[in-house]
Amino acid sequence: MSIIAAKQLTKHYIAGDITVEAIRGVDFTIEPASFVSFVGPSGSGKTTLLNMIGCLDPPTGGSLEVAGQDITSLNTNESAVFRGDNIGFIFQDFNLIPVLTVFENIEYPLIMVQNWPADKRKKQVEKMLEAVEMQDQGHKYPSQISGGQKQRVAVARALVTNAKLVLADEPTANLDRKTATRIIDLMKHMRDEFSTTFIFSTHDPRVVENAEIIFTLEDGKLLTQSTNQGGDHE
Amino acid sequence: MNNIIKMAARNLRRYKRRTLLTSILITLGVVAVLLFISVSGSFKSLMVGQITDSMMGHLQVHRKGYMASMDSLPLNRNLQGKQLGKVKEILDNNDAVEAYSMRIKLGAMFSNFSETTNIRLTAINPEQEMKTAPMLQDRFLQGEKEGLMDKGEILIPELIAKGMKVKIGDSIVLVATNQDGSVNGQSFVVRGILEGISGPGGRDGYIHLADAKTLLRIEGKEVSEIAIRLKDMGDLEEVYTALKTKLSTFKNKKDKPVFEVHTWEKLSPFSKIASMIDLMTLFIKVMLVAIVLVSIMNVMVMSVYERINEIGTIAAIGTKPGKIMALFLTEGLLLGVFGTLIGVILSLIGIMGMNMSGISFDFGRQKGLMLSPTIAGSDVLIVAAIVIAIAVLGSLQPAWKAAKMDPITALRHV
Repeated sequence: MSIIAAKQLTKHYIAGDITVEAIRGVDFTIEPASFVSFVGPSGSGKTTLLNMIGCLDPPTGGSLEVAGQDITSLNTNESAVFRGDNIGFIFQDFNLIPVLTVFENIEYPLIMVQNWPADKRKKQVEKMLEAVEMQDQGHKYPSQISGGQKQRVAVARALVTNAKLVLADEPTANLDRKTATRIIDLMKHMRDEFSTTFIFSTHDPRVVENAEIIFTLEDGKLLTQSTNQGGDHE
Repeated sequence: MNNIIKMAARNLRRYKRRTLLTSILITLGVVAVLLFISVSGSFKSLMVGQITDSMMGHLQVHRKGYMASMDSLPLNRNLQGKQLGKVKEILDNNDAVEAYSMRIKLGAMFSNFSETTNIRLTAINPEQEMKTAPMLQDRFLQGEKEGLMDKGEILIPELIAKGMKVKIGDSIVLVATNQDGSVNGQSFVVRGILEGISGPGGRDGYIHLADAKTLLRIEGKEVSEIAIRLKDMGDLEEVYTALKTKLSTFKNKKDKPVFEVHTWEKLSPFSKIASMIDLMTLFIKVMLVAIVLVSIMNVMVMSVYERINEIGTIAAIGTKPGKIMALFLTEGLLLGVFGTLIGVILSLIGIMGMNMSGISFDFGRQKGLMLSPTIAGSDVLIVAAIVIAIAVLGSLQPAWKAAKMDPITALRHV
């Protein structure tokens, strides 16, 4: 069963008197544990598509099922619950909470979103810290670690709830080449370890060459879908 | 909930200077209100206590129409034998009444054998008066206060003692006109000199009730007023209503009421000052509310504005709008609680300090009145509850805005 199934998916924005068609009747499916990249020029609709998959932006038309749930009819609260249960997010700017330590940033969704018991929570966070090789950095605040380390923490935070799906919008855009490569490797490793589906929107060729499925978007339309073996990038 | 409190506390610590300044503002407001309540309350209770306990009693019963012509101290509006019996019976059967004192009020000429002046006098039964106005003895500036006085003795106000150069033990003569218009004189020995206090009757002299009857040639039972002391002043309204209801059933031949009852508030102009103090307390509370509301709203609006991207992040990862709202409301609540707590502690220290240093003040002709500020637990709780509630209320709009924020728009915010 597909983790994502979109049929004739559309998204229109109204900007003053103009209607902008950001996504124009897109059909696609994505299988669980895939490593997928949406590519295309700026304004092609990559981020809009990711936002719709992430229940952040409701579609204007068509149908969209994520993890077996029709998400087109969810209200604000239901969307929040669905995101908390099923989806992890990785942002271009890392978006860690500055007042929380690394440990607490990873722990945040387990406390504020899923309400895990303390002992189980601690074990899970330690497991994620180890998975992203940050076990010695748990006590530090985001301001005390590097950009690459911040993105590692963001990856751990996205996966800590055992999310079925991780959406990453330009995850390597603010990282140097070496760090970006390590982050891509890490995400791939996490996909292998936790069978989580990773979907990126990116311009970064390093991410694209590591993706197993590549959707190319242009002017809100899906131009091509290609598969690639995701070979070594160095 | 603990986690929300923990998060909120950390967010407040993030902006230490702003949190500190807002808390200081709230603290200053709380301190100002609590100190004002304690000082004004102390002044009010001191003055009310003086008026009721040393002179007026809590309630007074007169013959109908007496109060309207009280300035002339009319003897033809005194309560007579049967009327007195009825009032006594009602008072004796009322458990809330601690004591009452029968008084004759009269005007007289006061002579020291070389000079003469006017004097207003209250004739009392010392035993009854000491129970009804227990602080009367405290007004003795000179003289033997034990037992107040005996027959043939007079207590004179300080002003007359000074003006007429009269000392303790001196003989004086009182000349009074009785109800029939005939004049009579009687000599007295000065037993005590009394401190004058503010309010009607505060500068009266005192003589024994028996002497007043002799001086005025009153043969039967007759008094101008009955001053009543209650066991608990909190029962004032209740007893007043009950007494008024019972006494209003007594009518004269013209079917008009025989008695009139007044509370001390109706008799003393100080009640207006007391009302003004209450009004000022209310006004200062309103100012406190405004201070807290504006400062908290300002801080929370800034806080939401500065954390738009963060709000977008926590909303995107699945935090429900209700929890985001709770987070910001808790920040406001903590600011309110922190400011209030410090404010209450400082106020209590301030009140203690004022009591230790001893604050004296002059009121009218009264010099060196000592204030002993206190604050009731209920007042502290009410002020704290108001401040904390307003702090939460002030956070409501920013918290609502944060909760309703579109995650995509928030995430795009730079």
